[in-house]
This record gives sequence, structure tokens and C-alpha cells, in this order.
Amino acid sequence: MTLDPLLLSRLQFFWVIAFHIILPAFTVGIASYIALLEGIYFASGREIYLRISAFWTRIFAIAFGMGVVSGVVMPFQFGTNWSRFSDATANIISPLLGYEGLTAFFLEAAFLGVLLFGRKLVPRWAHFFAAVMVAGGTLFSSFWILATNSWMQTPAGYTIKDGRFFPADWFAIIFNPSFPYRLAHTVTGFYITTGFVVLAAAAWFLRKQRCVEEARIMLSTTAWLLTMLVPLQIALGDLHGLNTLKYQPAKLAAIEAHWNREAHAPLTLFAIPDMTNETNRYAIEVPELGSLILTHSAGGVVPGLKDYPRDQRAPAIVPFFAFRIMVGLGLVMLGVALLGLWLRIRKRLYDSDWFLRLCTFTGPIGFLAVIAGWTTTEVGRQPWTVYGLMRTADSVTPSLTGLDVAISLAGYMIVYLVMFPSGFILIRSVMRKGMPAEAEKAPVEGGRPSAPVVAPPEAAP
Amino acid sequence: MIDFVPLWTLILGLGVFFYVLLDGFDLGCGILYGFAPDTASRNLIMNSIAPIWDGNETWLVLGGVGLMAAFPLAFAIIMPAVYFPILVMLLALVFRGVAFEFRFRDAERRTFWDHGFHYGSLVATFAQGIVLGAFIQGFTVEGRHFAGSSFDCFTPFSLLTGLALVCGYALLGAGWLIVKTEGALQAMARRYGRWFFLGTLVSVGIVSIWTPLMDVDIAHRWFLTPNIYFLSPVPVITAVLAVVEWRALNGRSEILPFAAAMGLFAMSYLGIAISLWPMIVPHHFTLWQAASSPDTQAFLLVGTLFLLPVILMYTAWSYWVFRGKVRSDIGYH
Repeated sequence: MTLDPLLLSRLQFFWVIAFHIILPAFTVGIASYIALLEGIYFASGREIYLRISAFWTRIFAIAFGMGVVSGVVMPFQFGTNWSRFSDATANIISPLLGYEGLTAFFLEAAFLGVLLFGRKLVPRWAHFFAAVMVAGGTLFSSFWILATNSWMQTPAGYTIKDGRFFPADWFAIIFNPSFPYRLAHTVTGFYITTGFVVLAAAAWFLRKQRCVEEARIMLSTTAWLLTMLVPLQIALGDLHGLNTLKYQPAKLAAIEAHWNREAHAPLTLFAIPDMTNETNRYAIEVPELGSLILTHSAGGVVPGLKDYPRDQRAPAIVPFFAFRIMVGLGLVMLGVALLGLWLRIRKRLYDSDWFLRLCTFTGPIGFLAVIAGWTTTEVGRQPWTVYGLMRTADSVTPSLTGLDVAISLAGYMIVYLVMFPSGFILIRSVMRKGMPAEAEKAPVEGGRPSAPVVAPPEAAP
Repeated sequence: MIDFVPLWTLILGLGVFFYVLLDGFDLGCGILYGFAPDTASRNLIMNSIAPIWDGNETWLVLGGVGLMAAFPLAFAIIMPAVYFPILVMLLALVFRGVAFEFRFRDAERRTFWDHGFHYGSLVATFAQGIVLGAFIQGFTVEGRHFAGSSFDCFTPFSLLTGLALVCGYALLGAGWLIVKTEGALQAMARRYGRWFFLGTLVSVGIVSIWTPLMDVDIAHRWFLTPNIYFLSPVPVITAVLAVVEWRALNGRSEILPFAAAMGLFAMSYLGIAISLWPMIVPHHFTLWQAASSPDTQAFLLVGTLFLLPVILMYTAWSYWVFRGKVRSDIGYH
């Protein structure tokens, strides 16, 4: 077997981004949650919110550290493994990445130190402000990186000279056709992912009868939030789908494993797509439903893979199943949210053991859905890096040998397989320690600690 | 159209220099960390950089992305050419980055993460030094692509620059610890600072002699008249700073060892810039040839000119919050 640098580079990118994305999926949401808790504490002065916030801040710190180090890896991938893509697209995408660094990373990094270690050193409002800045940083980061990704999916506002892309209209580049939908769908997905983690932790505490008061607040607020966000997310997903139908019909055909362009298309619930023979095996189909869901009309025309040359089709089996996993998980989440609402109406939200057990069980569900959704959209747009314009095969670094990439992929696999499980175990143990009754006290007004300072201030650098 | 290249060169040059100084001293702390005698001093070293390391590392992202934005052709050629050092650096940074939290939260495997922090810092620094050496030596280029092998970057010269950077960062780290700590730990920082200063002096000295011998253009840049008169202040100031550094490490000043070490880095950096100007891919492409389109540079410049001062301001604020000697009750304990 020969080692193919293209295939290995794709595997490597999948590996590093699949691990990386689960961290923002959590940190974006939890940063906003911490900012909210700090805000309530700042406004009301109720200690319980401080305890909940301190608890999640400890967990956030671990996840954020892992997010930073696995995130630093990402921009270098463009250069090391996808240099031809970089050369061709840098004029357009690099300012977006640059703005991500300038507006998001520095904001997060500078205020994170204050958020984690500064409670004794700064006044309360400044600590709250730091929490808001960190949360804002994570959202700015989502904005720019998804603008970049969306431009690769639905390129706009460019001209092409000598095989390279040049900017023509920055507004069109950033607010390209798929960006608003992708941003809304992704950030909502991140919030929901975090919601299920908080829900699981709260349910676990309630079942153990520990930190009961804090757990009730966490469970109640999060259950409300999920009752609103999960249906919203399903509606956003539907809109995102309509957008894909319009701008990336070949991707939609692959997601649905749909071969022939037709009206009154069925919905394929299950099948093994056979790319060679251009057909589905073992298909289970519901007549008419495909057109209805995808186009919102029974007579709507659904594109088919056969509309496109063989070398421009995504390997349908991956997006087909990834998409069904995502939707299936979404329906489970909807079920949990509705059950919570029903129990709340019956005033049984906190003491229904089977529901609490269910919540503990569904803690990681958002991560699985995010990875499934990401796989759907990224494999579904193959064989293109810039949709319809630049092929993945033409994007890879020409100097790389299969062995080079095999070595680097092995390195990333080994290191990530040490780091991520360690981080996961650590987060679990921090969660299990719970919330100490006596949280770190905020400083007296004026911002300097009441305890004697060890060194005179003039020794500062 | 206005020529943005000089301004972008300045911004990127300063960005990379900030990275070298800031992550330099905290990677250096990681290198010295391995020599710390006990857990208490390791805690102090780690806490002295815990609130700020993340911001320091962000300059690395800005350096990488800034290079891609301002000089994309250089990015597309240099990154594949230093494929393995970049890989090793990133993996090492992963280990040292997570070690902050993991070491503190996971008492059972503390020794493992102690090693992760020390060796991660050491290896990341060495890999950066190799990148630097390979960059100065230049790459095999065909058309718009790197055309050599991914192993070309490992040469005796690049290994030497790797060693030089390890010594230099450790010197910066010692300077930082002298500022931030007291007593036995401070004395230790002075002691190791002296050794790493001598290491820096010798290795940078060899690099400075080797570079013009290796590259005739660089030799001409420095030694032909009238350049030699204009450029002679660079080695002279460096020599003065070296004397100041040595005396400061042996003396009582808490600020001077750090300040003079930063000065030495500034002079070395300036020296490299003078040697290579105006090339961004040595021997092949100038800054202007590798530049991105004026539209791209202008679009990013607007925001950068506004955001960079703001970033510097709140970064300074976060350093100010954690000013003074490291306190054992702030940070991980």
C-alpha cells in the first residue's frame, strides 16, 4: 500500500479539527453562561451564583486551555499541509483569520487571566466585565471562523486571476450566502451542547443529593433555555437546508443519497449508497416526504447526484449517515426538552429520578451532534475546498510525501489521545468535587485585596 | 494605490518580536522549571506565568496568520519547508499548555505533567530555533512552491540556532523570575541565568560568524563600505548590552537582567532583519513579490491599526493586575 499525502492530509485535518471543535462547542456556551452568572451575582449579590460561576469557571479553564493549544495547531495546518490552497485563497481568507485573532483571541486571552485568577485583585464590576469580554471573544471567534468556512462553501465577492482568488467585495465575502445560516445554526448548536452538559451535571448532583440548591438553579434555567433553543435549532437547521439546496445542490443530493433529479421525491430513511452503480441498496423510503421537507412543497424538485459528473460527487455514504445521526440526536434532544417542560408543569422537575437519570445520560449528546453536523457539511462539500472552484486534490502541499504526513498524523494521534482523555477525566473529577459551600470571596471595594500584599508595588515590571 | 508593504513589514516584524519576547520568557520559565528544586518553587514559577501565558501564545497565532495575510506566498513556501519543526513545536506546545491546568488538578500524575511542562517548553523552543535557522539558510523553491524535502531543514546550522534559542529563552525566563520572585528561587534564577547567558553568548556568537561565511550576500551587507560604518553600532550596542547583562546577573538589580536580555533579543532580531532585508523567502522572493493584494492589505490594516493599540492596552492592564512578586495565594495552589 502506498501512502497518499492527500488522503493522509485530509485525515490529519479531520483528526485535528474534530477534536478541536468539541472544545469551542462547549467553551462558547459555557463562557456565555459564566458571564450570565457573574452578571446576576454582580446585580443581586447572591453568593449562590458566585458558587455556580466559580464551579463552571474551573471547568471552563481546563476546556479553554485544551481549546487554545488544539486551536493554535489549526492555522498552521493551512500552511504545512494545504500550501496550494493557502497560496490561492490567502488574499481572501487570511484577513478573516487575522480579524479572528485580533478581535477574539487576544480578548479571550487577556481577560481570561483576570477571570480565572483575578477575583481577589480587581473590583467586582471588573471581574464581571472580564467574564463578558471572554464570552464576547468566543462569539467573535465563531463569527470570523465561520465566515471563513462559509466562504469556502459558498464563495462570493471574488475575482480569479492566474488561478488565485482576489477580493472584489468584502461585504459579499464575509456575508456570503451560507454564512448567516451557518453562524446561527452553529452557535445555537454550541449553546445547546453546553446546555446538555450543565443539565447532566445538575441532574447528577440532584440524584446524589449534593449541592442541591445550586443544582436546582442550574437545572431549572437550563431546562428553560433548552425548551426554547432546541425547537429554534430545528427551524434554523431547516433554513440552513434550504440554503444548501439553493447554493450547494450536489451536497444536498449526497446528504439525501438522492440519485435522480425529480419532483415528488421520496425521503430515504435508510440506505447503503452505492457510488459505483449509482444506486441505493437496502433503501427504506417514504414517498413524497423528501420534496416536502427539502423544498417545503410536494411538487418541489430535488436535485440528484447524477446531475453531476462522477468526479464532482461527494462520497454519499458519509454525509448521508452523519446527517441522519445529527437529526436523530436532535430529535432525542427535543424529547428531553419537552419531557422537562411536561415535568415542570406537573411540578416534578427536580424529583423525577428517571428524568434526572436521562439527563445525566444525555450530557455528551450535543458533542456527538456537532461532530455529526460538521462531518455532514465538510464531507458533503467534497471534492472541493472552495466549492465548485478549487478541488481538494489541488490544494495539498506539493512537496509532502506520504511518509511525511504519516509521521505527522501519528504524532497528532498520539498526543491527542493522551491529552483529550486526560482532560476529559480531569473535567469529570472536577465536576464530581462539586461546589464548596465557601466560595472565594470577592474583594472589598477599591479592588485591592484586604490581605497584606507581599511585595511593594514598585517592584512591578 | 498606496504601498502598504513597509507598514505591514513593520507590523508583522513587531508582532513576531512581541511573540519572541513574551512567549520567550514564559517558554524560558518552562525550561528553568526543570531545574527547580522542589514543588513549592515549581508552583511559584508556574503561577508567575499562569495568568498571561495564553495571551503570550496568541502572538504566535497572530504571527502565523499575519504572515499568511500580508505575505501569503512566503507562508505557502516556508510552512511546508519547516513541516517537521512546526509539527514538533505544536505538539510540544500542546503538552506544555495543558500542563498548567492538568498538573494542578491531577495530583496523581503531577510528575508526568511537570515533565510535560518542562520538556514541552524545551522542545518547542528548540523547534522554533530550527525554524529560524532554516529560514536564514533559505529553501529550495520552484515556481510558487517549496520543492525540497521535509527533512531539508535539519542542518548543523539550524540545530545550532535551536540551541541558541533555548539558551536565549532560558535567559529571558531567568530575567522574568528575578523580577517576579524572591529569596532562594530568585538566587537560582540568577545562577542559571548566568549559565544560559554564557550559552547564549557563545551560540549567538558562532551563528553571527557562520552566517556571513555561509552567505556572501549577507557578508557584503555587513562588511562592505559604507555599510560597515552604518551597521557597526549593532554589534557595538550588543556588546555593551552583554556586559550590562553579565553585571546585572551578578549584581542586585531586579529589573536590569530582564531588560538587558530583552535588549539583546532586540539587537539579534535587528541583526537578522538587516541580513535578510528585503527578502521574505531568502534568495527567492522579496517582501513586495510575496505580498498579498493591496485590497487585502488595506482591509486588514484598517482594523489592525485600531485594534492593535487596544490589544496592547488591555494586555498591559492584565499584566498590571498581576504586578509585583508572585503571591502564593493567587493562581494555582
